[in-house]
Amino acid sequence: MSTSTPASATAYRGGARAWVGRLAPPALVLLLACLPLLDLRLPGVLPGPTYTPGTLHLLALAMVMAALALSYHLLLGVAGLLSFGHALYFGLGAYLLGIVMSELELGLVPSVLVVLVAGVVISLLLGAVSLRVTGIPFAMVTLAFAQAGSVLVRRDPGRVTGGEEGLRLPTEQVPDALVGVADTRNLYWLALAALVLAFLLVSWVQGSRAGHVAAAVRENELRVRVLGMRPFLVKLAIFVAASVIAVGMGMVHLLLNSGAVPHIVSAELTISLLLMVVIGGVGSRWGAVAGAVLYVLLNQRLTVLAQATWVHDLPAPLRIPLSEPMFVLGTLFVLVVLFLPGGLAGTVARVRRWRGTAGPGGSTEGADRLEDVDDEQQVATAGGARR
Amino acid sequence: MSTVVLLLFTGVGLGAIYFLVASGLSLIYGLMHVLNFAHGVFLSLGAFLGFEVASRLGATTWTGFAASLLVGALAGALFAALTERLLVQRLYERHIEQVLVTVGLGLAAVALFDGIWGTDPRFISGPAWMGRTTSVLGANVPNDRFVAILVAGLVLLGMVLFLRRTRYGMIIRAGVENRAMVTALGIDVRTAFTLVFTIGGIAAGLGGVLASHYFGYVSPLLGQTLLIFAFIVTVIGGLGSLTGAAIASVVVALLQQFANYYLWGTGDLAVVVLLAVVLLTRPSGLMGRRA
Amino acid sequence: MTSTSPREDTRAGAPSSAEPVLRVRDLRAHVAGQQVVEHVDLDVAPVGVTALLGRNGVGKTSTIKAVLGLVGRSGTVELDGTDLVALPTHLVVRRGVGYVPEDREVFAGLTVTDNLRLAERRGSEHRYDLVYDLFPELKERGAQAAGTLSGGQQQMVSLARALLNENRVLLVDEPTKGLAPRLVQEVSRVLARAAQVAPILLVEQNLQVVRDLAEHAVVLTDGRSVHHGPAADLLADEELTQRLLGVHTDTGADSGADTGAGAGAGAAPRRAAHEEGPA
Repeated sequence: MSTSTPASATAYRGGARAWVGRLAPPALVLLLACLPLLDLRLPGVLPGPTYTPGTLHLLALAMVMAALALSYHLLLGVAGLLSFGHALYFGLGAYLLGIVMSELELGLVPSVLVVLVAGVVISLLLGAVSLRVTGIPFAMVTLAFAQAGSVLVRRDPGRVTGGEEGLRLPTEQVPDALVGVADTRNLYWLALAALVLAFLLVSWVQGSRAGHVAAAVRENELRVRVLGMRPFLVKLAIFVAASVIAVGMGMVHLLLNSGAVPHIVSAELTISLLLMVVIGGVGSRWGAVAGAVLYVLLNQRLTVLAQATWVHDLPAPLRIPLSEPMFVLGTLFVLVVLFLPGGLAGTVARVRRWRGTAGPGGSTEGADRLEDVDDEQQVATAGGARR
Repeated sequence: MSTVVLLLFTGVGLGAIYFLVASGLSLIYGLMHVLNFAHGVFLSLGAFLGFEVASRLGATTWTGFAASLLVGALAGALFAALTERLLVQRLYERHIEQVLVTVGLGLAAVALFDGIWGTDPRFISGPAWMGRTTSVLGANVPNDRFVAILVAGLVLLGMVLFLRRTRYGMIIRAGVENRAMVTALGIDVRTAFTLVFTIGGIAAGLGGVLASHYFGYVSPLLGQTLLIFAFIVTVIGGLGSLTGAAIASVVVALLQQFANYYLWGTGDLAVVVLLAVVLLTRPSGLMGRRA
Repeated sequence: MTSTSPREDTRAGAPSSAEPVLRVRDLRAHVAGQQVVEHVDLDVAPVGVTALLGRNGVGKTSTIKAVLGLVGRSGTVELDGTDLVALPTHLVVRRGVGYVPEDREVFAGLTVTDNLRLAERRGSEHRYDLVYDLFPELKERGAQAAGTLSGGQQQMVSLARALLNENRVLLVDEPTKGLAPRLVQEVSRVLARAAQVAPILLVEQNLQVVRDLAEHAVVLTDGRSVHHGPAADLLADEELTQRLLGVHTDTGADSGADTGAGAGAGAAPRRAAHEEGPA
């Protein structure tokens, strides 16, 4: 009895933890779904009680960005593709939906279908060209394409995007339930549904044959070629999947913000996605979500801070950095890259391993998968050699 | 005819500025396989500090202009060298993380410049001669174009001499070809890393001052805007090739100018189309060695 | 250093030998996430040529690269009794390790003269006399880009880069690969002369060259050193040569009855036991 107890207790605890791990996500979704009906306050984190439109809008934005970050995770974390042009597809979704609804005078649902088809076609074409190169050249090429899109949107040659002013949501084509400040909670639920859908889609792609091959390509492209598979097609499939999810999120973003502005097609937006995914932990789905939520909330809080009177009264060397949210976020990002390899998810995994309880939760999945395997091995070996 | 001549000079002048950004990027990538997203902020810092110095010494005097070039180059060099030593080198051989660090630095620096100099463009004035035009074959070419072309030409010449004639230049050329073999000859290639960053910073700093005269203003986003074209130039020219960067800079800038004038302002798109064509036909760029 | 009697210390290849110039124990190396060197023990005798042999892909080149630190490694790499395993490549080389890589790896865009100038190490005498005496052609072609040279000429540049400096040991990886028979003899002659100046660890597929040059031999199988002993004895034993260097070997089935007295051998797995350890 006394000798067998520790083992069975561990097994029991492990089983309980597995249940918690499995039940936590649905419980979290349920809690989030109930937020608009509750009066929860998180001073310092949220701008007001959870039922107020402002807070709901901020949370919905965080969820849309989290879903977008998940699609970026497909590129970077699963396929190992460093894209600087992902915003192109997000912007495409938002702008094209608005344009199709107002120019073709289609209703919301048929317009959404048209935009999704367009998203597949465009991402197939551009992906096929971009994927002729890999690594850093791929990053540059995607950046260039996105830049062309950004220029198009700003210049507005066809008088449809609204140029620098941006595009207004054609409200006459949208059901009333999704328009106006009073209906923010509907938009909030829409964003939550979009996030859940994106998470399921990303999990499905990641767990599919293409996802496994992509992961294998990331680690050793030659070996995959030897096995007779075409890395190009697998990468293209992942690229298209990630782009289409981004197109979808762009459409939700258009509804949520009642319009679109050129910023959402810009390289800066892609870079902020990169920040979210890296801060959260490359290779981890929960990390991408956590990174995005943290980024959006922090950005909002820092913007508020920048306008605070006490900050304005500070001497310049303190006032200038504090009144620039991007300075703080950029610095934070640099520090994470330098000192927290694996981001939030990697740190959580490390803490768990350190406590000897590698739990079944999602956050322990492939955490610090950022660099080529050989580099990691070299680092590991160099560390080992010291011992 | 005079329009074509004007477009030619304007294009080559813009190409000169692209080259000043792209040459450093290309050398850094060639040797270290790092895509330096902070390169644009080296340029912006050079432009702002050059602007500050010139306005103190007299923006319309040649002394002020010369001082602004000197300060711009020094600022770019120092910022670049510190970036390499303090951030990039800590992540030795981890290329993606090195890129991420430069991305973060770029964001933070642009925001800091916003805070210090404001987001609105600061308009620049230079020596009176630079604001005037010279008649070439019937075209009135703004004089600042000539200055940009001259400085970029000197920088190209200096870089070529440095790479061909000095031991460190030799190390850099050899390192672009085969870095592992350079270390296997007992050479600490990290010194060369700091050096290419510094050289890139000098060129970018000079480019910043010249760009502010070319466009007539300086703003925190000036560098990052030029950086995107410099990226395109480096890919088209072939990553790691200085000659490729020089040729592609001029080609890209000319295409942009002519398409803007004759094809209803589609210069930026024409450049991206050129990039796509080059990638489809020669994925390693015009002068690139490896596919 | 001045000894000319290669048979003086026939056991120098075995781990128990006294005072090797390069002493490698339990060396492991990774390339692209895969362990390519599992467990290598080897000694390079202070004089003459030690051959590193084995079939294709057993990890000979990786072993050389791991000694230099060009790939991730662990274990012990001692040069004159000092452990170099924690040092980066350039510092390993500066301790006096000359390297002639497998595929010559000359800098194609640099001239022959620049290739040699780049190889000049600080704190070492630069023996241009020796180099130009061995390869008069390099002097004539000094201004030519190394990439335009023939394979044999590139090999001369590569050898010259290593011979230019004063080295404690030379690591020479397949110097005759892809060369015409006449050039193979030429390279063999050069290596014989080079071995008088510094001991050599030589990876070589051409067994005639090994026969001519090497006193000692170490054989690798699947990333492990499985045989140490006089090169002549190994090559004289047809069955052994066939088994270790031929088309098919199966060392795993063959239990190590003789465990050898090497430092690393005690801790090593069964398969690494030395077949011909000092009895």
